[in-house]
Amino acid sequence: MSASPSGYETVIGLEVHVQLKTASKVFAPAPSAFVKADPAAPAWAPGALEFRADAAPNTRVDPVVLGLPGALPVLNVAAVEQSARFALLTEGRVPDASNWVRKNYFYPDSPKNYQISQFPHDAIALGGRVEIELPGPSRNIMGEHKYIALDHAHLEEDVGKLTHTSSGSLVDYNRAGTPLLEIVTAPDLRSADEAVAFLNALRMMLSQAGISDCDMEKGQMRCDVNVSIRPRGDTKLYTRTEMKNLNSVSSVKAGIEYEVARQIREVEAGRTISQETRGWNADEGRNYLLRSKENAEDYRYFPDPDLLPVRVAPERLAELEKSLPERPFERQRRYAEQWSLPYTVTSVLVPDPDLASFFEAAVAAHPKNPLGIANLLVNDLLGALAAAKMQIAEGKRLNELTSDFGFGDSTENGKLKTENEASALTFASFTARITPKHIAELVALIDSGTLSKQQAKEAVLPDMLATGQTADAIVAAKGLAQSNDTGEIEALIREVLALPTSAKPIAEFKAGNEKALNSLKGPVMKASKGKANPVVVDELVRKLIAIL
Amino acid sequence: MSADLTTISVAEASRRLAAGETSAVALLRAHLDKIASGDASIRAFLAIDEADALARAAASDARRAAGRPLSALDGVPVALKDNIAVRGQRLSCASKILENFVSPYDATVVAKLDAAGAVIFGRLNMDEFAMGSSCENSAFAKTTNPWDTSRIPGGSSGGSAASVAAGFTPAALGSDTGGSIRQPAGHCGVVGLKPTYGRVSRYGLAAYASSLDQIGPVARTVEDCALLLEVISGRDAHDGTSLSNPVEAYADAARAKVLPKVVGLPAEYFAEGLDPAVRDAVLAAADWYRAQGCEIRHISLPTVAHAIPAYYIIATAEASSNLSRYDGIRYTRRSERATDAVDVFAKSRGEFFGPEVKKRVILGSFTLSAGFYDAYYGRAQKVRTLIREDFRKAFADGVDVILSPIAPTPAFKLGEKTSDPLSMYLSDLYTISANLAGLPALSLPCGFADANGGSGKKLPIGLQLTGRPLGEAPLLAAAAAYEAAHPYAGQVAPLV
Repeated sequence: MSASPSGYETVIGLEVHVQLKTASKVFAPAPSAFVKADPAAPAWAPGALEFRADAAPNTRVDPVVLGLPGALPVLNVAAVEQSARFALLTEGRVPDASNWVRKNYFYPDSPKNYQISQFPHDAIALGGRVEIELPGPSRNIMGEHKYIALDHAHLEEDVGKLTHTSSGSLVDYNRAGTPLLEIVTAPDLRSADEAVAFLNALRMMLSQAGISDCDMEKGQMRCDVNVSIRPRGDTKLYTRTEMKNLNSVSSVKAGIEYEVARQIREVEAGRTISQETRGWNADEGRNYLLRSKENAEDYRYFPDPDLLPVRVAPERLAELEKSLPERPFERQRRYAEQWSLPYTVTSVLVPDPDLASFFEAAVAAHPKNPLGIANLLVNDLLGALAAAKMQIAEGKRLNELTSDFGFGDSTENGKLKTENEASALTFASFTARITPKHIAELVALIDSGTLSKQQAKEAVLPDMLATGQTADAIVAAKGLAQSNDTGEIEALIREVLALPTSAKPIAEFKAGNEKALNSLKGPVMKASKGKANPVVVDELVRKLIAIL
Repeated sequence: MSADLTTISVAEASRRLAAGETSAVALLRAHLDKIASGDASIRAFLAIDEADALARAAASDARRAAGRPLSALDGVPVALKDNIAVRGQRLSCASKILENFVSPYDATVVAKLDAAGAVIFGRLNMDEFAMGSSCENSAFAKTTNPWDTSRIPGGSSGGSAASVAAGFTPAALGSDTGGSIRQPAGHCGVVGLKPTYGRVSRYGLAAYASSLDQIGPVARTVEDCALLLEVISGRDAHDGTSLSNPVEAYADAARAKVLPKVVGLPAEYFAEGLDPAVRDAVLAAADWYRAQGCEIRHISLPTVAHAIPAYYIIATAEASSNLSRYDGIRYTRRSERATDAVDVFAKSRGEFFGPEVKKRVILGSFTLSAGFYDAYYGRAQKVRTLIREDFRKAFADGVDVILSPIAPTPAFKLGEKTSDPLSMYLSDLYTISANLAGLPALSLPCGFADANGGSGKKLPIGLQLTGRPLGEAPLLAAAAAYEAAHPYAGQVAPLV
């Protein structure tokens, strides 16, 4: 999609609002949608804050949030620090002083009828960039990477929510005052796919850093897009339109594609594009004029006299820098360079920070075979997790799964909706009973030839997840140790080769068909109850056929 | 006995309470009685929750009886301007739009007074949203001057100054955005202090112009103002602009009466337009300081000539934004004629804001509009910086306090200037610079002028002293020294 069918190039800039993870509002002590689960930990620490979706209307409020007479905003340090972490994470700059302005406009969801915000040049985060990955030729092949420059990101307050009923309109100020970081990109994006890749990269990066969960369904990430087109080869920026109400990644993609087509149509018809704000109608798959430039609101910006400029001390910035995780694509490159892991594996490990750190800890415990560990995690363990989710989605209650996968502690009363249960089942909760060392030891047993990969996956891993027992203990208890006893294995092979059904594959193998050998090895493995070392079996079958 | 209780100072009331010579309930009752008999002609109070006030007084007496008073002020009545929030009490800002609003929370100053045991009572009249210099812009009542009820008490804290002058309360809190404590204090012959910007928390003060507003005390003596300032000052986590500098022993400073070394007399404040009686009284005060050995230095604050336009641009710009929250949606009155959201905004504000408020909101909205910002708000902020610099230089050159009039004339007649708004605005000339520069300034009585027309009534004249940033202690000391040598302070107006 980067090349539009015609001779036009698409130029896109995004304005992405993300709700920051903080326990209280940006300018008030009233609670946010998060509850402090660990009061000692900073807001961004894993598990420090728990999301609480439901609250009775107008309960997350106080005099400041409601804009009562005499109430004054007081800046929430956590919101500033999360914003500073964003700047550091995106390689931007936190200015020496960042200032506050009032954006004045009347709307019933705005308690004060002004929004405390920041001018771009005075914003809490200046410049920076976000690395994105475009879709590759197939899922298993890495796509092109590029950097999207950021203009700035400014901190502001969210508004309440209006509900219109037949008898009137209702307003809930629970969301009002939630810290919002508005991230504004340079006009660097060239296609709807790039916009989607940007949102995905941003979400991966911010959620891993605990800055925002970026869940678009929960309104934690909202996106406005600025679109213009220009003749291919031209470098000048043409008149753009702004589009709002893009509430999902798919809407962003569809909305941009629609708008680009609309603008091309307009230009081809000899009309000019006018600067205007358009709204996306996801149901109809089209956008419509919200307001033209002539009707643009005058926000009567002026410095907010209630708030002093904010400074983040250089020493504190250094501490905040240390609190940031490795950037996802950098981690992915490191895995490839350090351990020669293929894209198929790194592209699965890296998006889930729990999985990635589990992987790294396992590698630290068994450094000889990172790929073996990665494969076991990505193929076998995630396979089991997917299967468990599937079972839940099919209506199986969590407590029924307890025996299979051993996470019975979180079942509560089994009345949760299966959907919630399935989404609650994460890599972390699924592996609650084991440590990276468990996996390291399991892979070591495979490497030493004690266990086959198949045994590890089918006979050991499920027990391990369910009970938390070590691989050694499970192998001993189940008598699983792989047999390398050539005499015993040779006897089994002789029996199999003597079977009438074996005559055909023997002949085929002798005629040069390698695959025919599997029809002989399979029954041998079966006869050994899976214990025979497949490498030994392979070797001996070839030897015995040769002397037949 | 009762009359006696309504003329004593806060310090004297505190002494009598401590000595067991009176009780908080008796003290409050004496004032309530006087209000009952006298406020019909003054109209200082918009409302008084007597039951609540008496309960507070009784609780104070119980603490005394148990030997656990909260502070020297425990049991002393303090009345509040109607723009300061008290939990469970109406907070109307003398505006119809907030007529039915009851605050669910206490202002920080109220919480502090409460913690000191002061008996908070009453809602004092004011110009609507503190916009005015005469108290005539109240939507509910026209307060009169206790010294001459045909005259204005000054504003916007007209109720605060009038109630203290009339002996309805020994002390009150007001707010000062451009002189709203000092000018009415001057007109009513009482002492009023506007602290350094940030010295007192603004949390719970319905904002007029956030960068200029300060809460301050009004009382009949300098020491009383100092006693109240000690209680209400200090850093507040609810106000990001409040200052963390330690609260000083202001009352001790007032009692010490240390004279300033250098008193500055700005030429710009003694130019034309100043009433001769006011000029004479103020210059006589300067002479007194000279006689005590202080150096009287003639100084210049050249930029204050531009203070009025700068003030009215900044104040109205901030007000236009601050008052946006009064929209008819949540807690303010809603027009019954409104049919949709935009209509609720327009009609509610149209019906329930008074004309002066509407004028200032429109002015402020205009000056902040795209294309006008630099010419108005931007330039006014530059003037403000220059004014601040003028004062900084004067203090850096060794001036300790700046002496000036509070207002060009004594209190004018009710209705005299309502048709001449510019003249009303110009009467703020001497007071607004302290707000623009964020400096502490106080008003204290320095004489009386004869009211014209042969009524025989005398009108108080106010003296303004302006100090260094956070220089409240030396400022109060300089004022107390003057006060002690003159018979003007501590008087209660002869209500007739």
